[in-house]
Amino acid sequence: MSQTVVFPGSAVSPHEDQAAPETRIRSYWQSVGYRLRHDKATVFFGTMVLLIVLSAVLAPWLAPFDPYKESIIGRLKPMGWRGHLLGTDELGRDMLSRLLYGGRVSLLMGIVPVIFATCAGGALGVIAGFMGGKVNTGIMRTMDVFYAFPSVLLAVAISGAMGGGMSNGMLALTLVFIPPMCRVAETATTQVRALDFIEAARATGAGTMTIVRHHVLGNVLGPVFIYASSLVSVSILLASGLSFLGLGVRPPTADWGLMLSTLRQSIYVVPVVCALPGVAIFITSICFNLVSDGLRQAMDVRM
Amino acid sequence: MTTPEPLAEVRDLHVRFVGRENTVHAVNGVSFTVNPGKVLCILGESGSGKSVTLRALMRLLPVQAKIEGTVRAAGRDVLALRGKALRDLRGGEVSMIFQEPMTALDPVYTIGQQIGETVRRHTGCDRAKAWARALELLELVRIPSAERRLDAYPHELSGGLRQRAMIAMALSCDPRLLLADEPTTALDATVQIQVLILLRKIQRELGMGMIFVTHDLGVAAEIADTVAVMYAGRIVESGPVGRILAAPLHPYTAGLLASTVHGQPRDRDIDAIPGSPPDMRRLPRGCAFAPRCSRRREGCLATVPPEHYPEPGRMAACIAIEKHAEDTLLVHG
Repeated sequence: MSQTVVFPGSAVSPHEDQAAPETRIRSYWQSVGYRLRHDKATVFFGTMVLLIVLSAVLAPWLAPFDPYKESIIGRLKPMGWRGHLLGTDELGRDMLSRLLYGGRVSLLMGIVPVIFATCAGGALGVIAGFMGGKVNTGIMRTMDVFYAFPSVLLAVAISGAMGGGMSNGMLALTLVFIPPMCRVAETATTQVRALDFIEAARATGAGTMTIVRHHVLGNVLGPVFIYASSLVSVSILLASGLSFLGLGVRPPTADWGLMLSTLRQSIYVVPVVCALPGVAIFITSICFNLVSDGLRQAMDVRM
Repeated sequence: MTTPEPLAEVRDLHVRFVGRENTVHAVNGVSFTVNPGKVLCILGESGSGKSVTLRALMRLLPVQAKIEGTVRAAGRDVLALRGKALRDLRGGEVSMIFQEPMTALDPVYTIGQQIGETVRRHTGCDRAKAWARALELLELVRIPSAERRLDAYPHELSGGLRQRAMIAMALSCDPRLLLADEPTTALDATVQIQVLILLRKIQRELGMGMIFVTHDLGVAAEIADTVAVMYAGRIVESGPVGRILAAPLHPYTAGLLASTVHGQPRDRDIDAIPGSPPDMRRLPRGCAFAPRCSRRREGCLATVPPEHYPEPGRMAACIAIEKHAEDTLLVHG
């Protein structure tokens, strides 16, 4: 800076002023990061999520066996049998490898529908909330119709009607998540719209698009993002449920829900091995849930 | 000799909020002018239509509001402006300070970003220039350590500093007319007076016209050149601030003055105005204040009282005024 700034009421130059760190003002994201780092539970579960995602991404390099290689003699073996750390399934395939590969499908089914639903539902919710009146009624009452069905039933009905398969499953889950997403976005937008700074922005000459882009989205993205992160675990569970019912991924693809479904018949032979996909689903969804909880607390300015 | 064009001119302004079941008559024929460099203070209690009048000057009313009359600000017919012309007027020629500094600043942007955004919208200059201007503005409104405050979020500032930042934002494009909607109501008493003095000083330095809405007589006395007292959507009395506070003509103004806490002996009961403001959905046919008025006579409820001009520059809308005016003028000089 070329010119010296005179601070009224103090003789300090800007440089000396910056050297005094006790009154340092953190930016929003800095303070979110600060709060996250000091929240041990969130750090722990965040690391877990990261490890789960990494293990799924790096499955081809981590898996000790080919997840599709069957073996007649090695069916339903307990943990540790001939180098199969977590045993084998009903067709003699290595459980550890299948769990790693299955994580790819499950995480994909968990995250992709949520991203699509956030974009579509969020946009609809912001439009409904900001326009209000008839537009709001039209959009929100349509959402209520979808709301009337239990989410599991709706997902089953949609993917049942369209036939199984991963992309249809994702589409079904996306449709299931749009109404709640829309409602969260609409509620947040309605709250923001009534606040003075929207009117203040209008009073400084901002057009409608600027107001929506800057002031509405800026304030709505936080709650929407937090809600979306909590939906990931629901989505993983629902996707597993679909696969379990034979409506999601087709065999022999490795998927946690599908594995749980096919291993179900052997629960009395090797109970521990058969429960593993369920354990994976449980751990993953609880980690996502707790991380989203931590994010909610860290991102809330008013706390 | 020609008189300079007034900065703001409102003629016979009517604002109605048309609902499904009933219509609220918020403003019923308000007229006033503000000249450059002058401060008009609109006084009135809640629901008297003062804020609606102020918002009508910038067309910041919801779509249900039906506005009639003439509103000219900074030489333009506000009610005829559309689209970009209206947006250029808002924040450019005319800008506004809001009551609640907590909610009038967007919590997710820093002060610097919010002021910079307004500067760039109207001048189209680059980020660095807007930032420099924002710094200059924060120094203008006497915010200490201005450079650091640019990076602060609204929740990190105190109420007084936030209101100063609000004022800085309103001043960002050198407006000719500043509208202030109870800017000191949400502040502590000590901070109130600081902000008032600052506003008055800046207004004089920059030669702006200002319309200041308040329900606080003390605030009006501090800042105004002229005062307009509103009741039930009409201006019942207007004139120079000193004369109005010293010798109110309209019984409502007199009642307001009598019911303040300032300068009253401790043991005396405060004279409250009996009754409550009228229902704006069903206004009485004649004088809206008549049902509560201590000087009510027979003709009061028949028609809306005409405007009397007992002194140059003074107006009072009360049929009792002619006789009463003489009395008070004799007493007070």
